Amino acid sequence: MSKIIASSAIRGAHQVAQRAEEELNKALEEYGPEATVELPNTAYFLPVIYAMTGREVETVGDMQDVMDQIHQLLPKEPADRLWTPYLGHTLDAGMATLFADEIIEGIKYLQDPPPYHTEEECPAEGDDFWLGAADDIVFRKRGLEFVDGTAPGFAAIVGAAPDNQTAVDIARELQEKNLYIFMFGSKDGKNMAEQLREEGVQMGWDTRLVPFGKDITSGVFALGFAARVAMAFGGVEPGNFRRNLLYNKNRTFAFVIALGEVDDIKYAQAAGAINFGFPAIADTDIPEILPTGVCTYEHVVSMPKQTEQEKIYDEIVSKAVEVRGLKVEVEEVPVPVSYGPAFEGEIIRRDDMFVEFGGQRTPSFEYLRMIKDSDKVTDGKIEMVGPDVDDVEPGERLPLGIVVDVYGRDMQEDFEPVLERMIHTYINQASGAWHNGQRDINWMRISKSGKENGLKIKHFGDILHARLHQDYGVVADKIQVKIYTDEDKVLEMQQEARAAYDQRDARIMDMTDESVDTYYSCILCQSFAPNHVCIITPERSGLCGGYSWLDAKANYQILPSGPNQPVDKGDTIDENLGQWRGVNEYLKEASRGNLEKFSAYSMLIDPMTSCGCFECISVMLPTTNGIMIVPREYSEMTPSGMRFSTLAGQIGGGVQTPGFVGHSKMYISSPKFIRADGGFRRIVWMPKTLKDEVHDRLSERAAEEGLDNFMEMIADEEVAVTEEEVLEYLQEVGHPALEMDPMM
Amino acid sequence: MAKSEEKNSQDRSLDPATQSSMADAQDAGIELVWDRLDAQSPQCRFGAEGICCRACAMGPCSISARSERGVCGATADTIVARNFLRMIASGAASHSDHGREVAHTFIRAARGEAPGYEIKDEQKLRQVARLFDLEVEGRDKNELAEEVGKAALREFGKQEGELTLIKRAPERRQRLWRELGVVPRGVDREVVEVMHRTHMGVDQDYQNMMLQGTRAALADGWGGSMLATELQDIMFGTPGQPWPEAERDIPQMEANLGVLSDNEVNIVVHGHEPLLSEMVVVAARDPELLEMARQAGAEGINIAGICCTANEILIRHGVPVAGNFLQQELAISTGAVEMMVVDVQCIMQGLSRVAEDFHTQLVTTSEKARIPGAQHSQFDEEDALNSAKALVKQAIDNFPKRRGVNIPADRGEAVAGFSHEYINYMLGGSFRGSYWPLNSNIIDGRIRGVAGVVGCNNPKVSHDAVHIPLVEELIANDVLVVQTGCSAIASAKAGLMRPETALEKAGDGLREVCEAVGIPPVLHAGSCVDNSRILIALSEMVRVGQDNSRLSLGDDISDLPVAGAAPEWMSEKAIAIGQYFVASGVFTVFGVGMPILGGEEFTKLLFEDYADQLGGSWACEPDPSDMAAVMIDHIDAKRKSLGIEEARERTLFDMEMRRELQEEG
Repeated sequence: MSKIIASSAIRGAHQVAQRAEEELNKALEEYGPEATVELPNTAYFLPVIYAMTGREVETVGDMQDVMDQIHQLLPKEPADRLWTPYLGHTLDAGMATLFADEIIEGIKYLQDPPPYHTEEECPAEGDDFWLGAADDIVFRKRGLEFVDGTAPGFAAIVGAAPDNQTAVDIARELQEKNLYIFMFGSKDGKNMAEQLREEGVQMGWDTRLVPFGKDITSGVFALGFAARVAMAFGGVEPGNFRRNLLYNKNRTFAFVIALGEVDDIKYAQAAGAINFGFPAIADTDIPEILPTGVCTYEHVVSMPKQTEQEKIYDEIVSKAVEVRGLKVEVEEVPVPVSYGPAFEGEIIRRDDMFVEFGGQRTPSFEYLRMIKDSDKVTDGKIEMVGPDVDDVEPGERLPLGIVVDVYGRDMQEDFEPVLERMIHTYINQASGAWHNGQRDINWMRISKSGKENGLKIKHFGDILHARLHQDYGVVADKIQVKIYTDEDKVLEMQQEARAAYDQRDARIMDMTDESVDTYYSCILCQSFAPNHVCIITPERSGLCGGYSWLDAKANYQILPSGPNQPVDKGDTIDENLGQWRGVNEYLKEASRGNLEKFSAYSMLIDPMTSCGCFECISVMLPTTNGIMIVPREYSEMTPSGMRFSTLAGQIGGGVQTPGFVGHSKMYISSPKFIRADGGFRRIVWMPKTLKDEVHDRLSERAAEEGLDNFMEMIADEEVAVTEEEVLEYLQEVGHPALEMDPMM
Repeated sequence: MAKSEEKNSQDRSLDPATQSSMADAQDAGIELVWDRLDAQSPQCRFGAEGICCRACAMGPCSISARSERGVCGATADTIVARNFLRMIASGAASHSDHGREVAHTFIRAARGEAPGYEIKDEQKLRQVARLFDLEVEGRDKNELAEEVGKAALREFGKQEGELTLIKRAPERRQRLWRELGVVPRGVDREVVEVMHRTHMGVDQDYQNMMLQGTRAALADGWGGSMLATELQDIMFGTPGQPWPEAERDIPQMEANLGVLSDNEVNIVVHGHEPLLSEMVVVAARDPELLEMARQAGAEGINIAGICCTANEILIRHGVPVAGNFLQQELAISTGAVEMMVVDVQCIMQGLSRVAEDFHTQLVTTSEKARIPGAQHSQFDEEDALNSAKALVKQAIDNFPKRRGVNIPADRGEAVAGFSHEYINYMLGGSFRGSYWPLNSNIIDGRIRGVAGVVGCNNPKVSHDAVHIPLVEELIANDVLVVQTGCSAIASAKAGLMRPETALEKAGDGLREVCEAVGIPPVLHAGSCVDNSRILIALSEMVRVGQDNSRLSLGDDISDLPVAGAAPEWMSEKAIAIGQYFVASGVFTVFGVGMPILGGEEFTKLLFEDYADQLGGSWACEPDPSDMAAVMIDHIDAKRKSLGIEEARERTLFDMEMRRELQEEG
């Protein structure tokens, strides 16, 4: 009966609040009220508190106000008899618990060093592998997967499985359903992440297996993640608790799995999660709350009440997914290993490697070509030319050539690179296989455990055949794959592939915004960012870096009612700004009236909005008459006085902010790059890493415009970290921006 | 007296406390309401069927096979309509005059001219101010309250336009009212117009007359009553909502004659307006008076209520309830009541006769309601607390005069105070409060529907014996019951508002939801003006469904799987309430009998044609199981037209469906 849960959760909330109070008092004594409290590299303060109340907790002293609010929220336990309604109180107690959790966890970050790793991946060795709160870089990168649907949500797992194998099985099943797995708390002193570690399972954000902490309070990082998704991608204002919670209920498909006894404090945490619409599923026999309303379906489900004892762990994941109301479509891929996006991030270290291909060590390439003659393609034919894994010794290297032949009545040459680029993802998603790069600079490994489980090189062909049919079946009627590991044959075919690459590049280079009548929209992220619309043109790819005009075109062909829709340019309103009547009309409709117009080539006048998953942000540096560009992965301070995370907060969620724009890395070297505002000449600062990354394309572009040493004129963090220093540097090198018309 | 022996107390009431007190009173030769009913029987058939017209001195006329028309030529339907309209007018006037009194006090409280009264619920003040299109931001609460009070007061005397609070109804309902021309212009105007139209020789088309009847009834529900509820909440606190010095919780209470104390000074407050009784509650906590009570030999001061004054202070303070309408005389006959303080409405003149036999001081407090033989102490809002203290003091002085005391032990426990605001909170807490879980569980079928069971007692039917079986039948069939007035008190006494016992009687689905939320299956929403809370709740159920298609229960109140009932009604106010519920789209069943059956066409209009015209119609079923059956049939029919008669399949969301999601409120 739910009253037992309510009483327990309310008791638990009081316990966590008391602990928070004690730790806060200790912190006040030890560090003082002025001491800075900060989770690593985030613009969202203590995110649950920030999202729910709008409070910007920056110091230990600020936590005292939160503590007062916690006390206000804490209800008394329901009476034994003649009780008054307790559901509202229980949910309040749950929220108070989350606030108290964040106080406790926030204080942990005052320790030097903090008790968590700040890297994305767990260290390869040792017991100390807890990752704590995701910083904004991780959060935005992973948030993108929530936004585009690659990850529908997360499972917050508290406690530990009855044995290691069950822990691995649960993790694998959740990974195969593309969910993130956040692990925290313990059962009899053990956490599921420790079980996975004992079994040698790789953990970290890349594999979606994220160990937060062994302390139960670290579970709040899961909700902090969700709260941030709503603020960053959903455009939910801090303090608008209702919108934030409803956003999560509707869009973030998360749930709690409680492994092991559910005590008062765990109930309190679950009550907090229920506010977000995240239900709890337990492997123990506890009371259930089945009526619907705050969550989409049930609120608390106990597996022993749902199924036979021996089936609990076989069914717990699918039950959880069903209770949350999530539909996960996982298509079968005929390989003897686990397969899915969660395995994409698996790394195969040298020691774990069984065989390696390419990576400039052996000749290699991958090439997908359209075959016009149906008779020349036998669907499903996978040919292997040369040795497979059984023929080589551990640690050996082989040349590798992959040729995929596609026949389809609706196939076009333009789609070749779109499909070919998927080879990376498809192969990487097999557990035991690793893929990097593309074309003739690809690099692959098969791990020892992959080999042990029966993975062969030939399976690459099966994977590509299955996945291309699944995703691109509309254009690909027949697919055959030839895999070469015979060096001579690889070298021979590599020539043909290289000729095709060159031809394609030339074709794309010729394509300009003027040369087409139709652009494509991308509303892939509208499940998370309902107010934002991307417009993709040949010279301005999607801001997440994921989608070019050709991709969008192919996607439209493949799924006519899908997230990429053709947008007729219509009359030109302003050629320089890049405003077209058709585009604006579409924008207004697709953004549900949020946006009226947008300029493709300006960051000052009606700049394009973003969902929040841009690769880079360009920001005006007013005194320099130029702009700086900062990529997502750069976490240091920038000359604008703001870090990436703070800057990102200015423009996510479909907000138009003149002077700021989110964009892809590709766009930097596009001739249309903020053309109306002066173009690439405005670039005065980029971090070194980004400079290196775009160096070739951008310097070429500058050379076309007669600027030979432009890259050297761009300041980076080595020469300037403040706007003043940037200006000094520009004057020193005579940067062209100084001579240009004022930006505003 | 002879006749009361034919019917024993078991036949007269279902309530054991009433049964035993009644038997004791009979033994003592005290005349009670039942005795007078017997003396009145058989009652006039023409009156009972509504076909007696006393509108002019050419009459009285009555309709029979021998004389099918009145002297003026009025048909049976015209006469029934006249009488019915005048009942509506009287009921609407009563609720609305209550609202007006509250507005007056409210304004004085805002000005600081009524010490002891204050603006307690600022959040609700701002909400109501917004409804009146007043500027809210940065306003001082008292200054804003004065404007709200004045705006409220203007609603009574408005001559043109529309009542402001009409806009809280679903849009489709508002449209329908406009199409029919029944949107009230001003509260008083509609009552006056009823009196005019029913004067001899004015409106003689019963259908046209009922349009005005509807307009006057709406002026009650969406006007006078609603204003009374809202202003009282702001001034005395919204039940269950936080205000200074109180928890965010609803009160626990006890109900029945057993709450009278044999060793404390008992003061019973009775009537409908809480203005004075609120102050009596405060005065009873005064340490000086408590000390005085001790010196008089009493262990304390016990305030208990009867009728809606009881409900008003109960839902805000948990003050115990001594009983419902038919128990007013019995309360005095226990010999334990030092003072009964009455205000307005439903106060039987018989009280003064019973009081004569005991030490009880009967005190009238409203200029509008005096009773010969009672002491009149005019309530003065400028000095309310002192007036209240003076009364308490007088009651204490009365304590030593007690003679025999005979209090029945029975009392039922209950939780009460389910305001619209609290329902929002209890279903989701401070962060997720909404009606979602209600709509969602209705759609899932755990809750079959919602029934409002309200109204009075009537000695013509066994006391509480229609209320209780009806409510039990409804909850057993998974219908969530919301109650007000004396009907609510009946359920409180019977333990139907006590979660642990009441849930045993609820159907599995309803029980499961109640256990999740922590509520009994029967919710006490307050006094009879608080029926306006039910109107707001119904509108909210519609609104929530319009915001979120998965929670949709239609576009109008008339689409909802809900029904209303007044099983033991007796007052004209009940008729006004019935008509405003019907006109708001709610199928409403009355017990006892309705004084309209003499007009065939008129009855057909109310019982049948209204279903098409207003989406809600009347019915009359004196038997509780018949009543439950027609209500459940109606609820099932609505479920069917909503397409939720069978459990819906679980929708699992894929990416595309999530992308389609609209923002919801």
